[in-house]
Amino acid sequence: MSYKTDLPVMKPFKPREPEPLLGFRPWHFVVIALIAVFGPSLAFAQAGVPLLTPFAVLLDWVPLLLQGFIFNLAISFLAMALGTALGTLLGLGQISLSRVTRGVSWFLTQFFRNAPWLVLLFFAMFLLPFEINLLGLSIPFPDWFKAILGLSLPVMANVSEIVRGAVKSLPSGQWEAAESLAYSRRQTLWLIILPQCVKRMLPPWMNLYSILTMATVLASIVGVSEVMTLTGQALAAEGGRPELLAPFYGFVLLLFFAYCYPIARFTVRLERKFAVIN
Amino acid sequence: MSWTPAEPMVSLKEVHKSFGTLKVLNGVSLDVMKGDVICIIGPSGSGKSTLIRCVNALNDIQQGSILVEGQEVNDPNLDKLELRKKVGMVFQQYNLFPHKTALQNVMMAPVRVLKQDKAKAEATARALLKKVRLEGKEGAYPGELSGGQQQRVAIARSLAMQPDVMLFDEVTAALDPETVGEVLQTIKDLAEEGMTCILVTHEMAFAREVADHIYFTDRGVIVEHGPPETFFKNAQDPRTKEFLSQIL
Repeated sequence: MSYKTDLPVMKPFKPREPEPLLGFRPWHFVVIALIAVFGPSLAFAQAGVPLLTPFAVLLDWVPLLLQGFIFNLAISFLAMALGTALGTLLGLGQISLSRVTRGVSWFLTQFFRNAPWLVLLFFAMFLLPFEINLLGLSIPFPDWFKAILGLSLPVMANVSEIVRGAVKSLPSGQWEAAESLAYSRRQTLWLIILPQCVKRMLPPWMNLYSILTMATVLASIVGVSEVMTLTGQALAAEGGRPELLAPFYGFVLLLFFAYCYPIARFTVRLERKFAVIN
Repeated sequence: MSWTPAEPMVSLKEVHKSFGTLKVLNGVSLDVMKGDVICIIGPSGSGKSTLIRCVNALNDIQQGSILVEGQEVNDPNLDKLELRKKVGMVFQQYNLFPHKTALQNVMMAPVRVLKQDKAKAEATARALLKKVRLEGKEGAYPGELSGGQQQRVAIARSLAMQPDVMLFDEVTAALDPETVGEVLQTIKDLAEEGMTCILVTHEMAFAREVADHIYFTDRGVIVEHGPPETFFKNAQDPRTKEFLSQIL
């Protein structure tokens, strides 16, 4: 049985050089965003208001917010690692010769791929115990760990689809050549098929990582002290001054942009490079 | 069952094969003796490629018998890997492994499948590449080679398994005209060394020169067969005559 993939990355694709929008280059937008965020603070500073300017307030909180952001990154690394390991197994299950393995893997993949991430996160948060007892040893399950589990589920399902799509995208002649040289199925898969898939899987995998990183803020909803939670707490501690909202959340946005945009650019470059080779 | 060279090395009897409702082979029988070179010709879609793909069990058959050195291929308990160690195959699209160099393509199966010593396999692989006139291209990746060169690597890759019989499935059909000759020469060298070969080909002049026996297939049956001289000069069946008149 073979399924069509709806992953656009598996289709022949030649990215274009991004057109400058209205004559702006990407860094122009960064400057505009900075002005929009810090403009009001400058206005406050010039008005001689006795309170600290929003910019100065933000500066005080930057170390804490950065700590929170690093926590987001840690969650993203671990969820990605776990999701990739599980997803690779599930993806291989989807191309198994056993009908049962294939069916079960297909179902799990489709189920978790078509589930809202937030629901999966809640699921992991509230249905997993806060600790488990193994042989008299109690192992705690802190919230951040449950968040990693919850986020790794959709990653797993998407990686599974990436693996299956990559394997199916190889010409059948590769299988036939290997078979006619008396390679076993396992050898064919590990020596011939999968090494060729890595290159094809890398761009969609990095894309997925970017999406996961941006989704880590969902963990704030279930009470993990990541950057969004800390931002909310910092704003509350400053007495909920409305003029602080833009600089604070703007800063968080910039952090994510600064991290994810280079990944996106690198992905496009990889895709272009592989498109040329193929 | 023990096989002796006095018996056919490959023997097909009343082979039937269909893809779903489409009948591709309709009772094909032929024998290939050790050292024979046979060419299968015929119009597109007449089942030639399917026929030889059944010999190494890439395709299964519904009815009939295929014996390779006395071993029945149409058997659910067939050890396909053992069969394929004896039967080499070269494809129209070369199907080299693009992530491996020419040398690695040739030596990988002997090392991984036959568990040969790496140094020995490498020496054999280098010798084979030299034999197909690709000395100096050992480190090249398939993408850096021309079609004819890739096809010769594919032949060397197949020979590295030391097969008893080689299957060639329209191996020059995808090549640029100027590289066809070098591939045909390689096959001719093999045939002269006594390798048992089954070729599906559209190269009539080559078939005439190299084959011991020609089979003409149409719509899943063998219409006519014979040694090249009689076959090309004295075809009997109207379908054969029509085909030859179009091609020659």
